[in-house]
Amino acid sequence: MQLFFEQILNGLAIGSIYALITLGLALVYGILRILHVAHAAVYTVGAYVGLAIYSRTSTLLLAVPGSMLSCVLLGIAIERFVYFPLLKYPPYVPLISSIALFLGLEELCRIVAGPELLTFPATLPFPSFSVAGVMVSGTTVTVYAVTIAVLAALWFVTAKTEFGLAMRAASLDMEVASSLGVNSKLVVDATFAIGSAIASLAGILVGIYYNQVYSTMGTMPAYKSLALIVVGGMGSTVGTVLASFLLGLGETLLISFANIPLPRDALAFIAMILVLMWKPTGLLGKR
Amino acid sequence: MDYFATVATIIVIQAIAACGLNVIVGYAGQISLGHAAFFGIGAYASAMLTTKAGLTFWQALPISLLISMSLGFLLGLPSLRVREDFLAITTIGINFIVEAVFVYTPFFGGALGLGGIPRVAVFGSRLGNSQFLALCAVFLAITLMICRQFTRTWMGLACFAVRENETAASSMGISPVRAKLSAFVLGTGMAGLSGALYAHYARFISAGDFGFPISISMLSMVVLGGMGTLAGPLLGALIIGVLPEVFRSLMDYRMFLYSMLLLLMIRFQPGGLLGEQSAAAGLLKGILNRRRASSA
Repeated sequence: MQLFFEQILNGLAIGSIYALITLGLALVYGILRILHVAHAAVYTVGAYVGLAIYSRTSTLLLAVPGSMLSCVLLGIAIERFVYFPLLKYPPYVPLISSIALFLGLEELCRIVAGPELLTFPATLPFPSFSVAGVMVSGTTVTVYAVTIAVLAALWFVTAKTEFGLAMRAASLDMEVASSLGVNSKLVVDATFAIGSAIASLAGILVGIYYNQVYSTMGTMPAYKSLALIVVGGMGSTVGTVLASFLLGLGETLLISFANIPLPRDALAFIAMILVLMWKPTGLLGKR
Repeated sequence: MDYFATVATIIVIQAIAACGLNVIVGYAGQISLGHAAFFGIGAYASAMLTTKAGLTFWQALPISLLISMSLGFLLGLPSLRVREDFLAITTIGINFIVEAVFVYTPFFGGALGLGGIPRVAVFGSRLGNSQFLALCAVFLAITLMICRQFTRTWMGLACFAVRENETAASSMGISPVRAKLSAFVLGTGMAGLSGALYAHYARFISAGDFGFPISISMLSMVVLGGMGTLAGPLLGALIIGVLPEVFRSLMDYRMFLYSMLLLLMIRFQPGGLLGEQSAAAGLLKGILNRRRASSA
């Protein structure tokens, strides 16, 4: 029973990380209808930049904002120089460019930082503790705390501010929103900035959680997060978060308690195909 | 000569698969990111039939084609019902699942792969490297002929119509699902053929040969050459196949160069080298026409 609870906590932590990575993808898809595969490269870059700053200054107070800033700039650069000029083409053109960009950035990380696995020996503000014999590590608590903070902030921005209203309007119909006075270019920039900042947080968290940073750390998240936004309902942020937590829990529990002859990474895609057959719009999709 | 034959055979085999992908992406406008799965299904089918069931390559070939085409039909049926954004993702999923099945099923040799696949024999004599290259070239020629014929059939024209505008096409009485599915089945069949040739060429296959990166490199061939053109996939396969030989000294930067090449291509010339409105296409057409005129 103790093991079961520990696995639940693990699953929730992995689900939180999936949610943080996939949120950016869902936001971008919601507004530009582009599958932003290169988002996972932004996440990898975030982890590397965070680690680089941390290993020189040994404080997360500089590493986190520094990494977020560089990811925001990278995200906006990708949007301005690659996606925006390609919006007039059918969707597979930006998709292919995104995959190419993803592979290129991943390779760049490997060439710059080297192919070996780096460790991320950061100390976290939360201590480890145990409740009724169930160990809860400080890293796990940090993952929960960051995820809750990000989700709350994102909910506040999109639901309660005027800017959030503009974002929602632009995601419904960008042309109509522009004609009604929404600065759609700014909204798109901001969407990429928010998504990329969250990706950088996710990168640093994963680096600390598994204590490793490597150039291909974004490969599985890149494709798994695609499956997650499909399961959640394309562009639905709530659905995406729900799908991420379900996958994190499902993966962890199935791997530890059921002896299935498939790798854990294939589960996301099997779940996706099952969901699509049952409900082609995803869990919370409307269209 | 052997070096040349090795490089050329791989290029020809990949060109066959790229032609198949071109039918799906270029003709019917359906993005597939899991083409390597069907390449792998063809390879595994032929390898299993020749090593475990004791058939010859020629007996196994029609069965392998049938297997890859029917799996293409079965996997295409649910995938093609969804919108095109979804299709890209479901095909990625198919690729990962098929690869996982090959790795995790002992029946398919598991992580160790399948070895001891016999060479192809014609009239009882085993083919050497250059003879096998000739055989692959014959298959490539047949593939190209089928592609060309397909664009002239009713179904081929229906695919073009669906690619341009699905709603308009269905209002003209074309069933988009049927058109897409026929393109998908034809394309996966060509991938299966290419896979079968690959298995008997490499003579040892493992799941890693058919992973997602291979799908990306096949898509790069089609995009580089020009989606929807007849010769585009050929040119793409040639470029992607020759580049690693040219850049052998830059081995470490190879993937980076590839991806940047693909990015620049799709960013500035989404139609590919031989696509419409392409500068290179005009130049090449001029040269080809002159050749044709002088040979006639």
